[in-house]
Amino acid sequence: MTLKGELVSQMTTPGQFLHLRVPQQAFLLRRPISINHVDLAKKECRIIYRVEGEGTEIFSHLTTGDLLDVMGPLGNGFQFHHLTPGETAFVVGGGIGVPPLYELSKQLRQRQINVIHFLGFASKDVMYYEAEFKALGDTRIATDDGSYGVKGNVGNVLMAAAQTPAAVFACGNNGLLKTVAQLYEALDDVQLSMEARMACGMGACYACVCHTKEDETGVKSVKVCDEGPVFQARKVVI
Amino acid sequence: MVLQVKLPGLDLANPIMPASGCFGFGAEYDKYYDISQLGAVMIKATTPEARFGNPTPRVAETPSGMLNAIGLQNPGLDAVLGQILPDLAAKHPALPIIANVAGSTVEDYVLVCKEISQAPNVKAIELNVSCPNVKHGGIAFGTDPATAGALTEAVKEVSQVPIYVKLSPNVTDIVPIARAIEAGGADGFTMINTLLGMRIDLKTRKPILANQTGGLSGPAIKPVAIRLIRQVAQVSRLPIIGMGGVMTVDDVLEMFLAGAQAVAVGTANFTDPYICPKLIDALPLRMAELGISSLEQLIKDVREELDQ
Repeated sequence: MTLKGELVSQMTTPGQFLHLRVPQQAFLLRRPISINHVDLAKKECRIIYRVEGEGTEIFSHLTTGDLLDVMGPLGNGFQFHHLTPGETAFVVGGGIGVPPLYELSKQLRQRQINVIHFLGFASKDVMYYEAEFKALGDTRIATDDGSYGVKGNVGNVLMAAAQTPAAVFACGNNGLLKTVAQLYEALDDVQLSMEARMACGMGACYACVCHTKEDETGVKSVKVCDEGPVFQARKVVI
Repeated sequence: MVLQVKLPGLDLANPIMPASGCFGFGAEYDKYYDISQLGAVMIKATTPEARFGNPTPRVAETPSGMLNAIGLQNPGLDAVLGQILPDLAAKHPALPIIANVAGSTVEDYVLVCKEISQAPNVKAIELNVSCPNVKHGGIAFGTDPATAGALTEAVKEVSQVPIYVKLSPNVTDIVPIARAIEAGGADGFTMINTLLGMRIDLKTRKPILANQTGGLSGPAIKPVAIRLIRQVAQVSRLPIIGMGGVMTVDDVLEMFLAGAQAVAVGTANFTDPYICPKLIDALPLRMAELGISSLEQLIKDVREELDQ
């Protein structure tokens, strides 16, 4: 879905998300959805979502010209301004975690960072955006059922990569994030974008918390919505 | 159009306040609008020690509502007293704060009430005896008349500010509980807390919430809130801060007609972060349409009818 509006001018950091109100009164909770592509000049952005429940089903019936109530961009995105041209970043995504990595990769390329994409999908049928990612850099794909690329999860393709990147950026389910965190435990810059059930999306309701590795008391937390969704792998307990 | 309302400890410019748990500690929403325009702010529950709360997922959507099982996550009394309340006072010196107090034991409640009531900007305490999401304390104190009455008495002895007891809808008969709390010396009621509920995921066949059950809030529970407020207003003259599914100015006024004297807005803050200022702005016009000149007059009229 493509959204157009003034808010787009603030969407400069990839990895942030939008909090969309479902345009029906009985739906009280907004849907947090990542930003896939931003066109600042046109004041347009694109989101890619999977029809998972009633809210996203309603989104899928919207037509051109309909108005949506959007909060955002929310949260903290990926940090990459410390990378220098010529360095290599691994961009790792799985399933519905793939969309925000596209805007990230675009911006990495604009800064002359080399990108290698590692993308996992359930099967060839539900795979998307391969061509778009290929246009930006090397793209290696895994499918759970082996219908395309390497059979297995994205960890299998990652393990086959001989190179050590300057940074790893990942977005996907917790299984994928755990795999990435383990494989690159020795690397200083591993940024994971986490998913969580949210209510407010702005840090007030404490629905989307997770434990941190440094906190031995177990009573502290970080909130995925306003302190994340992107965290250094060494910071959070997945 | 007069929006002021006066309740024990609370001299409010308008009757709208965000409900506890739905507004963090205020600062979160201050990024969206100047929260000093609110009648008051009910901050998140405070316990003696810091609490992480329940495992996630902690929220799930329901038709015209939501379930939550946060589990009273908060940074603990010292952090609230030492950092959060002074910060709020510095930024919004005139904004009345209602501190929601929770605990596992009578001693917990007494300790937090005693300490937190000394903060200059805390004008009242909301005694949380109705949280359905914690294993110890919470709702256990609010479902038995004798226990609720005794706890009220204990905290009244130490508190420097009026005590509003937050009533649970998860009871067979709210009247004896309200009566016992009034006899214990409470200054008012806030009502209602959430209704205990559950949702099950069809794919995993397990409850969506990690805590299994959670508290139902949102417009789905508004008629329950209206009924319970009316029931309590019929047997007690203590002021009531009404809450439960308020989304519109009509909902606000319906709470007044049920017997409330101020209104808290909870879940609607998540749907629309600007809902509280929007309600404050929209109230005068709707009051004019309904021939209501002041809320104090409306409160008097409702009381007269209830007393007949």
